[in-house]
Amino acid sequence: MATEHSRSSARLMIAPAVFVLLVWMLVPLIMTLYFSFADYRPLRATFETWIGFDNYASFLTSSSFLSSIGTTLWMVGSILMITIVGGVLLALLLDRPMFGQGIVRILVIAPFFVMPTVSALVWKNMFFNVDNGLFSYLFKFFGAQPFDFLSQLPLFSIVVIVAWQWLPFATLILLTAVQSLSSEQLEAAEMDGAPALSRFWYIILPHLSRAITVVILIQTIFLLSIFAEIFVTTNGAFGTRTLTYLVYQRVLESQNIGLGSAGGIIAVILANIVAIFLMRIVGKNLDN
Amino acid sequence: MARAITTQKKIMWTVLSWGIGLLIFFPIMWTFLTSFKTEATAISDPPVWFFFDWTLENYAAVLERSNYPLALTNSIVIALGSTLLGILIAVPAAWAMAFVPGKRTKDVLLWMLSTKMLPAVGVLYPLVLIAKYFDIMDSRILLVMILMLINLPIIVWMLYTYFREIPGEILEAARMDGANLKNEIIYVLTPMALPGIASTILLNIILAWNEAFWTIILTTVNAAPLTKFIASFSAPEGLFYAKLSAASIMAIAPILIMGWFSQKQLVRGLTFGAVK
Repeated sequence: MATEHSRSSARLMIAPAVFVLLVWMLVPLIMTLYFSFADYRPLRATFETWIGFDNYASFLTSSSFLSSIGTTLWMVGSILMITIVGGVLLALLLDRPMFGQGIVRILVIAPFFVMPTVSALVWKNMFFNVDNGLFSYLFKFFGAQPFDFLSQLPLFSIVVIVAWQWLPFATLILLTAVQSLSSEQLEAAEMDGAPALSRFWYIILPHLSRAITVVILIQTIFLLSIFAEIFVTTNGAFGTRTLTYLVYQRVLESQNIGLGSAGGIIAVILANIVAIFLMRIVGKNLDN
Repeated sequence: MARAITTQKKIMWTVLSWGIGLLIFFPIMWTFLTSFKTEATAISDPPVWFFFDWTLENYAAVLERSNYPLALTNSIVIALGSTLLGILIAVPAAWAMAFVPGKRTKDVLLWMLSTKMLPAVGVLYPLVLIAKYFDIMDSRILLVMILMLINLPIIVWMLYTYFREIPGEILEAARMDGANLKNEIIYVLTPMALPGIASTILLNIILAWNEAFWTIILTTVNAAPLTKFIASFSAPEGLFYAKLSAASIMAIAPILIMGWFSQKQLVRGLTFGAVK
C-alpha cells in the first residue's frame, strides 16, 4: 500500500514533467492568443494591442483560408485513404505464411524512418523531375509524353510523398492488430464455407476497427502539421498551401503576426476537435 | 495433397509480398545506387541499374562541404540531448504514476498526451520571440529544449507502459526489507526497467533526428541539423543527383538501422497503448 510519505514523494517526482509541459503549453499559447487580438506587423512598426476580433474575421473570410482548408482536407483525406486501405491490405498480406517475412517487413517499414526533407527531395528530383526523373523515363519507355508532376499535379505529388512515408506506420500498427486475431474464429468460418470476402467483411474488418480508428486519429494529428514536404517541393505554391503552411507564411514570411496568430488559434481549435476523439479511445484503454 | 497446395500458396504469397516490399523500398534503394554513380551516370538516359563504375567520390564531395560535419554533429547533439534530457525528467514521473497511482494519474497522463497534439503553428511566433529575447536563435540548446518538450509526452507514456509491466510485489518486498526510495530505484527498479528505457531512448532518438518543423524554422547555420542541411539541396545547381543521394544516404542510414530494431516499440510509443 502506498503510504502518505510515498504519495508525497510521488507528487514530487511528477512535478518537473508537469511543470515543464505546463509552461510549454501555456506561455506560448497565451502569447499567441494575445497577439491574435492585436494589430502587430513588426516590418511596418505597427503595434496596436487590441483590435477585437478583426484578425479572426479577416482570416476566416479570406479566400486563402477557405482554399487552405480545402487543400488540407484533400491532402489529409487522400493520404488517410491510401494509407488505411493500403495498410489493411498489406497487413493481411504480411500475415500470410511466406519465406523471408522478417526481411519483407523491414523493406516495408523503411520509409517511415526516412527524414521528411530527404524523402521530399528524393521524390521531387529523382522521380517527379520532368527532365531526369525516373517517371519521365518510364513514360518515354511506354511512348508517352513526360509529365511535370510537381507543376501539373502538385497536390497529388505531395500526397504520394507523404503517403509513402506513412503507409509503413499504418501497416505496422494494423499488422499488430491482425496478429492478435484468433485464428480459430477464422478457421471456423472457413469450415462453415464462408467465402474470403465475407470473412474479411464480417470478422477481420470489425476486429481491426479499433486499430483503424487509432491510426486515423494519430495520423490526422501528424498530417495536419505537414510542413517539410511542402516547404521543399512547392513552398506552398500551386494550391498546396495547407492551413499550417498558411499560418507559417502569415507569421514568418509576411510578418503579419496578428493575423497569423488568429490563424494559429484556429488551427489549435481544429486540432483539438480531432484530439478529443483520440483521447477518449486512449482513456478508455487506460481503465482496462 | 493439401500440403502441396499450402506450399504452392506460400510461394505465391512470398512472390507477391517481396514484389510489393521491394516496390515500397525502391526509392531508398535507388537513392543508394545513385549515390555511387558519377553525376553524369546518375541522369543517363536510359537509367543504369547496377552495372556502372561504382565510385565514392560523392561521399567525399559531401564530406568536404564545410557544413556537413557540422550538420551531422548538430543532429547527434540535438537528438541525443533532447532524448536524454527528456528521459531524466520522464523516468521519475512515469515511475511515480506506475507504482504510486493516485486518483488523478489518468488525468495527468491524458493531459500530457494532449500537449503533444498542440499544432506547432499555434505557438510559432511566441517561440521565435522567446528565442530572440534570450538570444538563443539558431542554437543547439534551443532545439534540445524544444524537441525534448514535444517528445516528452511520448517518453512519459512509453516508460509508463513499460513500468506498469513490472510487478509491484517486487518493490513491496524491497520496501519490507528496508529499502528506501533511493535504493529501490537504483537496485530494484533500474535493472528491471532498463530494457524499456533503452527502447524509449531508441524511438525518441529516431523521432528527434527526423523532426523537420522546428529544426528548419529555428536554425540557419550554426545549429542546423541534417534535416535543414538536406533542405538546402532543394535549389539544384547543375548536376547534383549523385551528391544529393550520398548526402541523403548518410543522413538516413543510422536511423534506418536503429528503426529496424525498434519496430515493436514504434507501435507502443506512437499509439499510446491503444493498440496491442
